Amino acid sequence: MAETELSEKSQAHGAGRAHPGTKEYVRIGVILAVITAAEVATYYVQKDLGAWLRPILFSLSGLKFTLVVLWFMHLRFDSRLYSRFFLIGVCGAVTLYLIVLMTFRVFAR
Amino acid sequence: MAQAAVEHHGGGSEHATSTGLPSTKLAMWLFLASDCLFFGALITSYVLYRGASVQGPFPRDVFDIPYTSVSSFVLLGSSLTMVLAVAAAQRRDLGRMRIWLLATAMLGMTFVGGQVYEFTRFYNEGLSLSKNLFGSTFFVLTGFHGAHVAIGILMLLSLVSFSYADKLPEDAGFPVEMIGLYWHFVDIVWIVIFTVVYLIPTGNPGK
Repeated sequence: MAETELSEKSQAHGAGRAHPGTKEYVRIGVILAVITAAEVATYYVQKDLGAWLRPILFSLSGLKFTLVVLWFMHLRFDSRLYSRFFLIGVCGAVTLYLIVLMTFRVFAR
Repeated sequence: MAQAAVEHHGGGSEHATSTGLPSTKLAMWLFLASDCLFFGALITSYVLYRGASVQGPFPRDVFDIPYTSVSSFVLLGSSLTMVLAVAAAQRRDLGRMRIWLLATAMLGMTFVGGQVYEFTRFYNEGLSLSKNLFGSTFFVLTGFHGAHVAIGILMLLSLVSFSYADKLPEDAGFPVEMIGLYWHFVDIVWIVIFTVVYLIPTGNPGK
């Protein structure tokens, strides 16, 4: 019952689908903790991972970022206009600063 | 019709908007988008200069990954308690909302306290804001992040005190959700900082 009320009420501000319930949030929290543990584990096997270290770390970090934004910040459930606003900032920042880093040949070091 | 839409989507406290969405929430997302550029500039500066220091201490000399990992788990845990506070506020369960907000604030304070300890230890080991390029970019980046967390804690504690003073609007879910968005943003910035600053080794002699 409480979950149903939550869904109805939480839908109110987003103009989208109902927000998830407590169990779903806890499940996402556990997944985030497991990914973080995997990230920390890479520190102890850096040499073994070699050239794979950076792609693995960026993938894990990107996965965590996406899970938090989609579930905890509700972008998966809210109006797409919010997503567009945020994506403009994220994509703008990534594009701008990748250009800066490439200009200074950071990736060639 | 637009008014009706806003009352549905904005809890009745918002003015009519052409989008039918609360302007406050759109403004919050716009602010977070602009903050991406702000932190992007600081992270880029760190990446540009971290391998360029000619004298130590270097990252390898001062970083304590197990310690920072615990801090990361703490901040991640605070994101979970924050979303539970939002859910409680949206179903008007003020008791649980206060508990989760206080838990989030406590976890945030633990993180900031850990950061203060880390900064102090680094300083005692010879790393300062003006010691080398690594120190300058590291302290500015993580310091601004810590300041964001501290501001978030103040907002969380304000919410709790407003709640006890019965000064929250009838639909408490909205202000709690707005502060929740800010808090989660601080968490995702740390997700990037933890990877780029702490876990990815540098190419200089200090690693």
